Amino acid sequence: MVGILASIIDGVLVGSVYGLAAMGLTLIWGVMDVINLSHGAMIVAGMFGLFYLTSMLGAPVYAAIPPILVAGFFVGVCLYWIAVHRVIGRPALMSLLATFAVNMVLIGLGTAAWGTILFNVPVSLPGITWQVYTFTGTHMMAAFLTAVIAGLLYLFLHHTRTGKAIRAVAGNREAAELNGIPTTQVLSLAFGLGVALACTAGALIATLFPFTVLSGSAYQLKSFVVTVLGGLGNPAGALFGGVALGLLEGLATPFMPVSWTSVIEFVVFVVVLIAFPRGLFNLRRP
Amino acid sequence: MKKLCTIAAAGMILATSAFAADDTLTIGFTVSQTGALNLDSVAQLHGFEMWRDEVNAAGGIKVGKRRYTVRFVSYDDQSQGGRVQQLYTRLIVQDKSQFLFSPYSSGLVATAAIISEQYGKLMLTTGAAEAKTYQLGNKYLFQLYTSADHYLTGALDAVKSKSPNATIALVYSDDPFSKAVAAATRVQAGERGLKVVLDESYPPNQTDFSAIINKIVSSKADALVGGGHYPDGATLARQIYDQKAGLKWMTLLVAPDSPQFASLGSAAAGVSVPSQWAPQVTYKPDFGPTPAAFAKAFEKKYKIPPGYHAAGGYAGGLIFQHAIEQAQSIDPEKVAASLNAMNVTTLFGPTKFAIDAKNHGLQIAHEMVLTQWQMKGSKLVKEVVWPTSAQTAPLAYPYR
Repeated sequence: MVGILASIIDGVLVGSVYGLAAMGLTLIWGVMDVINLSHGAMIVAGMFGLFYLTSMLGAPVYAAIPPILVAGFFVGVCLYWIAVHRVIGRPALMSLLATFAVNMVLIGLGTAAWGTILFNVPVSLPGITWQVYTFTGTHMMAAFLTAVIAGLLYLFLHHTRTGKAIRAVAGNREAAELNGIPTTQVLSLAFGLGVALACTAGALIATLFPFTVLSGSAYQLKSFVVTVLGGLGNPAGALFGGVALGLLEGLATPFMPVSWTSVIEFVVFVVVLIAFPRGLFNLRRP
Repeated sequence: MKKLCTIAAAGMILATSAFAADDTLTIGFTVSQTGALNLDSVAQLHGFEMWRDEVNAAGGIKVGKRRYTVRFVSYDDQSQGGRVQQLYTRLIVQDKSQFLFSPYSSGLVATAAIISEQYGKLMLTTGAAEAKTYQLGNKYLFQLYTSADHYLTGALDAVKSKSPNATIALVYSDDPFSKAVAAATRVQAGERGLKVVLDESYPPNQTDFSAIINKIVSSKADALVGGGHYPDGATLARQIYDQKAGLKWMTLLVAPDSPQFASLGSAAAGVSVPSQWAPQVTYKPDFGPTPAAFAKAFEKKYKIPPGYHAAGGYAGGLIFQHAIEQAQSIDPEKVAASLNAMNVTTLFGPTKFAIDAKNHGLQIAHEMVLTQWQMKGSKLVKEVVWPTSAQTAPLAYPYR
């Protein structure tokens, strides 16, 4: 019984980080109806950002997170103007292909630069031992920082003029424009924010597990599942979706081989898509 | 006169190029320059290249009065079987490779072997331990490594020597090689009276082992044996350390053999790996450099100590060279006959291939050692700990 509880707690801790990664994806979708297929590459960019800030510049691991968030934002804004702006409002396939192309370019450049060898960011934080099970400090810190970032995002979206502008554009772009909101700038801002969240999630994941240039695809896939669970376009739902996915993984693994968890995840993915197309937690859109 | 000179010059150029083409031996293979198998595959490539450079610097492979310069043709298979199938066909049909080295890993070799046999091309496999591929009636496939059935035998014996009633958690990647190792380990643990209390596979691209580690802890296992290749093995080792899994022993396949494993720091300490070769082994080669001389030259060239993948690559080249020199021909049938009759020792250890139709090409002479990362002061050093006859340091048990 204790083993099952330990597995659930571990699942929830990691699931919250998956939720953070998915928040970026779902924010971009909610505001501009673009499925960002370069999301995995951005997660990897955050991982490498952390690796270089800590190993080359000697920055403390968690102090490196804010610069990664800021850098991710500016990279996102640039990406928006380079690859996304011209396909906004066009058929969904165009933005899908544009971001997929960006993904391939970034992964190709990364592979050329670093190969596909494994990178490791050593982090030492005391954990908590309960009977024979240890919950690592890095997992708890990642979940805590995820909660803080999600809270800040909520405050930003609901209590600042810019955040409200983002929500207005997500609700009705034309009406927002008529009210004097510079929607193009808001879209670039929202894309930057989405990428910043992906990079930050990547940096937090790098504190938990070693990674390669190709690691992003696995987390991007999880982000899609989480996004569907939480409801497309709903950042708060994404966080809950991530926790739900972690809970599901934690509950399933004590009773069945680990290889089966991805099967279960995607069965749930299909069921939710059919039965709850707005997601399980779609209480309020941004 | 001017015309005559031009024709003579053209004739000489053509003759020279024809002569050069005849005296070049083309060996084709794919390398996983990218993808999950990248690290081990590139280490193997370094071994191939070092052998080629040395052979060519010495004038090439001697066959009668001729000397063949070795030329490699290789492509990135991206660690994917589909690419291997296309590329080995290309290596044979378009690039006219006379001989083949295998790709890295049992899964990719199983694919490449179908192509090489179809075209009757000799392929020496370095980095393909699963025995099944050599039990399909192939005639031109020869295995350098000890087969997967024996990978964890030494680890079980080592655990048994320290704790006769130890319980085992068998946790392995869901790929052909690791599954073959696990199948044999299950039987061998039973034969030794070691109870397997957890028997579980995970997908090769697994990134989070928390749930599996909780299962290991719940099983109260004393020893963990298993793993797969580098990315999953290194991640598992780090998470076992982070989650303080309370194990007394850990042997993982492949990953801890790489010098890069030391980058895990304290998480690497005590972890052991079945190794096809270690720089400290003391084989007396019939030809080629000694293990120590090879290790020194390799480190000088690549600025990194060689693991068994690099040594295997180099030894693969030596074995091909020896077979051709013994056959005094580059005719595939004659070289195959030479390999069938081979019973030699190189820096990599003894090499002899099964010649019965059922197991043709399977390695039957080579033996493995068990190495363990041990902390010497503040530095991690890999020591040979099993068998005791080859020990360079006593076994550290419990491992941490």
